[in-house]
Amino acid sequence: MASLELRNVVKRYKSQTVLDNLSLSVADGETLVLFGPSGAGKTVLLRLVAGVIDPDEGKIFIGGEDMTDLDAEFRGVGMAFQNFALFPHMTAFDNIATPLQAKRSSQNAMKAGVESVAKLLKIGHVLSHKPRALSNGQKQRTALARALVGSPPVLLLDDPLRNVDAKLRFEMRLELPRLLADRGATVVYVTQDYKEAMALGDRIAVMSQGVIMQLGTPEQIYREPANIEIARLFGDPTINLLDIKPSRDAKGIYVGLSNVQVHLTGAYDATVGRDCVIGLRPEALRFVDEGTPAAIPVTIEAETPLNEKIVTLVRTVRGREILVSRPAGTPGQTEGSAHIAVDGKSALLFDRASGDRIGAKNVVNLHSGEAA
Amino acid sequence: MEHTSLLERILRGIALTLVVIFFMFPIVWILMMSFQTNETILRIPPQLVFKPTLANYTALITGKLTTAAGTLDIAFMRNLWNSVFLSVTSVAVALLLGVPAAYAFARHKFRGSEDIAFTLLSFRFAPALLVLLPLTLYFQKLGLANTYIGLIWVYQLICLPLILWIVRGYFEDIPADIEYAYRIAGHSWFATFRKIALPLAGPGIAAAGLLAFIFAWNNFVFALVLASADKQPVTVGALAFITSSGIQYGQISAAIVLSITPTLALALYAQRYLVEGLSLGAVKG
Repeated sequence: MASLELRNVVKRYKSQTVLDNLSLSVADGETLVLFGPSGAGKTVLLRLVAGVIDPDEGKIFIGGEDMTDLDAEFRGVGMAFQNFALFPHMTAFDNIATPLQAKRSSQNAMKAGVESVAKLLKIGHVLSHKPRALSNGQKQRTALARALVGSPPVLLLDDPLRNVDAKLRFEMRLELPRLLADRGATVVYVTQDYKEAMALGDRIAVMSQGVIMQLGTPEQIYREPANIEIARLFGDPTINLLDIKPSRDAKGIYVGLSNVQVHLTGAYDATVGRDCVIGLRPEALRFVDEGTPAAIPVTIEAETPLNEKIVTLVRTVRGREILVSRPAGTPGQTEGSAHIAVDGKSALLFDRASGDRIGAKNVVNLHSGEAA
Repeated sequence: MEHTSLLERILRGIALTLVVIFFMFPIVWILMMSFQTNETILRIPPQLVFKPTLANYTALITGKLTTAAGTLDIAFMRNLWNSVFLSVTSVAVALLLGVPAAYAFARHKFRGSEDIAFTLLSFRFAPALLVLLPLTLYFQKLGLANTYIGLIWVYQLICLPLILWIVRGYFEDIPADIEYAYRIAGHSWFATFRKIALPLAGPGIAAAGLLAFIFAWNNFVFALVLASADKQPVTVGALAFITSSGIQYGQISAAIVLSITPTLALALYAQRYLVEGLSLGAVKG
C-alpha cells in the first residue's frame, strides 16, 4: 500500500495553465474524491499521477518514492477511465488480464486472478465476450476489474460511473465504497456528481480552474463550504442564495428577510453594512404557523415531490424565490400563503464581491493545499 | 427497406445493372478479346459470338510472339515476375518504414514533425518526370541504375507517403486512452505499439498497403527510364506488343487479364479487412 503526494505540480498546455502549483497528499488507504466542473483539471491530475503525461514543474511521490520521471508502466497504479478505454480487439478476460500479463504471471495465476475479480464485479459470465458485445454496465465493470486485478496500491478512478445509466450508477455508488475499502488501496476518485463525492470520499478536494478550492471531509464541504461556488455545487435542491446586508441590534447581527429580522449566530460582526449573500439550505427551512417569531410570509408557487423529499418553491413578498425541502410523508401546505422560519444557526454568509464564506475556518490555502 | 414497392425494386435493379455494365464493360470486353485472334477483334461490326482461342495466352507464356513479320521473343512472364517482385518488396519496405513512422507522427508531436510529414507527402506532388532526370544521373553514378534495389528505392516515392499518411490517420483515430490503459497496466511503449496500436490500425494498414501495391503495380514512367528489359514490370513490357507489323490486340488483352489478376485477387481478399473498419465499440457506449 502506498500514500500519494503531489508537490507544487504545474501543468500547462500551450499558454493555458491547467494545474496551477497544486499540492495534495493522500494518506495510505484513503479515498480522496476530486470534485469539480469539467475543465477543472481533475483528469489531468489523475493522468499525471498515472504517468501518461508529465508535469511541467513539481514532483509526484507514490509510497514516498519520487515517481516524477518514471514511465507509466513502472508506477504500479491501476486506473479506470471515464470512457472505459477497453481494448476492442480483446475479450473481456484478456482485457482484465493485461496487468497480470505484464507481471508475467502464470496462466493459472492469471485465470484465478481474473476470475476472482470478475466474480466480485459480477461479470464472470461475459468474460469470453469482446467489449462490443458488452452492455455499458458490463464495460464499466470490466474496466474496473482491469484496474483492480493487479491489486495496485494506488487506484485512480476517472469518473467511472459517468457513462452508465442512472440505476446502475446508484447501485455502484452503494457497492463501490465497500469494494474499495476491502482492497485497502489508496484511491483517487474523480467525479462531477456531488452525491458520488459525498458517498465515496473520506475527503473531498473541490477543484476549479486548476486549483483546489477546498479540501475537507464531505461533512465539512457541505456544512462549511469555502465559497458560494462550492455551496452551489453541493446539495440537491440547490442552496438558496439571497442578497442581503446584515445589520446589528441589541440581540446581535441580523439580516432582514421580507422585513423580518433573522438573527444569525456566528462571528459576523465585521459584516455589518457589507454586501453579502446568505445561503440557506432548503432542508434548513421549514414551514411554521403564522405568528411564530421571525416567521416569513410566503406564497407557495409549486410543489415537486421527489422520492425521499418534497421540494416546495415559494415566493416571498419581495418576489424572491426560495426552495424549501421537507422529508416525504410529512404533512404540509400545497398552495396559498404560508410562513417559513429560517434557522439562524445553519445559515451561511458569503461576501458578495469575492464569493468567499465569511468566517470560514477550513478554507484551503490555495497554494499549499494544506488546511489553513 | 421492407416497404419498397415493386416499381421501386425494378427501378433500383435497372439502375444497378446500368452501373455494373458501365464499370464492368471494358473488363469484360478485354476478357473476350483475350480469347480472340487479331482478325476477329478487328472485324467490323464487332461480334459477340466467336470461336475462342488460347493462342494469345500460349504466346505469352511461352514467350514466342508469332506475327505476320515472323516470330518475336517477348519477356512477358519475366515482366510479370518483375512486377510482382518489385511491388511486393516495395510495399513491404514501405510498410516496415512507414508504419512506425506514421505512429511516431500520430502520437509524438515534436518540433517540426508536421513539416517533415508534409515534406514526405510533397514527394507525391512532384511530377515524376521532374525528378527522373537527376535521379537517372545519380543512379548511374551510384550504380543503382537498372537494379532491383534502385527501383525499389524509387518506388518508395510512391508507396511511403501513401502509407505514412493513411496509416497515420488510423493511428490518430485510436483513442489515446486505450494506449494509456495498456501502459498503465504495466506494458512498455513497444508492447503497446505491437499489441494495441498495430491490431487496431490493422484495417487501415491493410488498406494503405493495398493502395500502395496498386500504385506500385501501375507505375510506368520510373520503370521505363530506370530499368532495362530484364528488370521491367508488365506496364513497360506491354510496349513490346506494339510491333512493326501492328498492334497485337489479342496478346495485349491477354496480358492485361494476366496482369490485373494479382491486384484483383488481392483486392478481393483484402476487402473484408477494408470493410471491417475500426470497430471501437469498447470506447463509447
